[in-house]
Amino acid sequence: MNPEMILFFIFGAVSLIGAIAVISFRHPIYSALSLIVTFFAQAGLFVILGAHFVAAVQVIVYAGAIMVLFLFVIMLLNLGTLSAKGALTGKLKGVAIILGILLAAQGIYIAVNALNNTEVGSEAAQEKAAALTNNPIETYDIGELLFSKYLLPFEVTSLILLAALIGVIVLVKRENQTEN
Amino acid sequence: MSLEYYLILSALLFTIGVIGVLIRRNAIIIFMCIELMLNAANLAFVAISRSLGQVEGQLFVFFVMAVAAAEVAIGLAIIVSVFKHRETINVDEVNSLKG
Repeated sequence: MNPEMILFFIFGAVSLIGAIAVISFRHPIYSALSLIVTFFAQAGLFVILGAHFVAAVQVIVYAGAIMVLFLFVIMLLNLGTLSAKGALTGKLKGVAIILGILLAAQGIYIAVNALNNTEVGSEAAQEKAAALTNNPIETYDIGELLFSKYLLPFEVTSLILLAALIGVIVLVKRENQTEN
Repeated sequence: MSLEYYLILSALLFTIGVIGVLIRRNAIIIFMCIELMLNAANLAFVAISRSLGQVEGQLFVFFVMAVAAAEVAIGLAIIVSVFKHRETINVDEVNSLKG
């Protein structure tokens, strides 16, 4: 059992427990805090995978910005008192969980078997991965590719963010301001 | 450390997100579960990126994160305006298109 494996199981277990806590807690604040735990554990997994920049962005954007937005809205709406009946019960819940287990089984089946005959699971790819452990993908490589080959998607992303910005302003604008 | 472990973890996290969307009726928690699913996809992207030795996987994680940020901002704005009109964010009670 090498150190990478031990760390993987620690971070994996933490992220799974956090994820289950997200869907189990009644109060949305507890769910949001559990989601932050999951995000941090996933940042740890990204570090194990050698994606240091992705891990940093995960902590800054997800655990920082997005979760602050969630917590802000939860506190703004004062939801704690309203969410007592926030979950399905009885038969419907059972059906949902059975469907979820089926989905998990499919995902695990794909993860274990389907890769055998593909390029990802081949011997060459395994050797390449072993070589990469000594020579990981640097932030430099990401930046170079982002601003050359994928420049157009990058610019389109900025348009998406602009559209989101304008959309949010339009959505939450007070209606009586238009009268002035 | 082989790719399968990461993909299995990713599948499990995605499934937990799906179950959350199915069983929870609180719109904010449904949104958190969608974030969980996007993160599971990110994990698969990064794991396969390392396995193939290609940078593209990590690049697409950034695009996913940008889309997720935009989606959260819009979604939470919709939740706030729904709450203003209906005084609830239980998705079973918000069932008409006309505000």
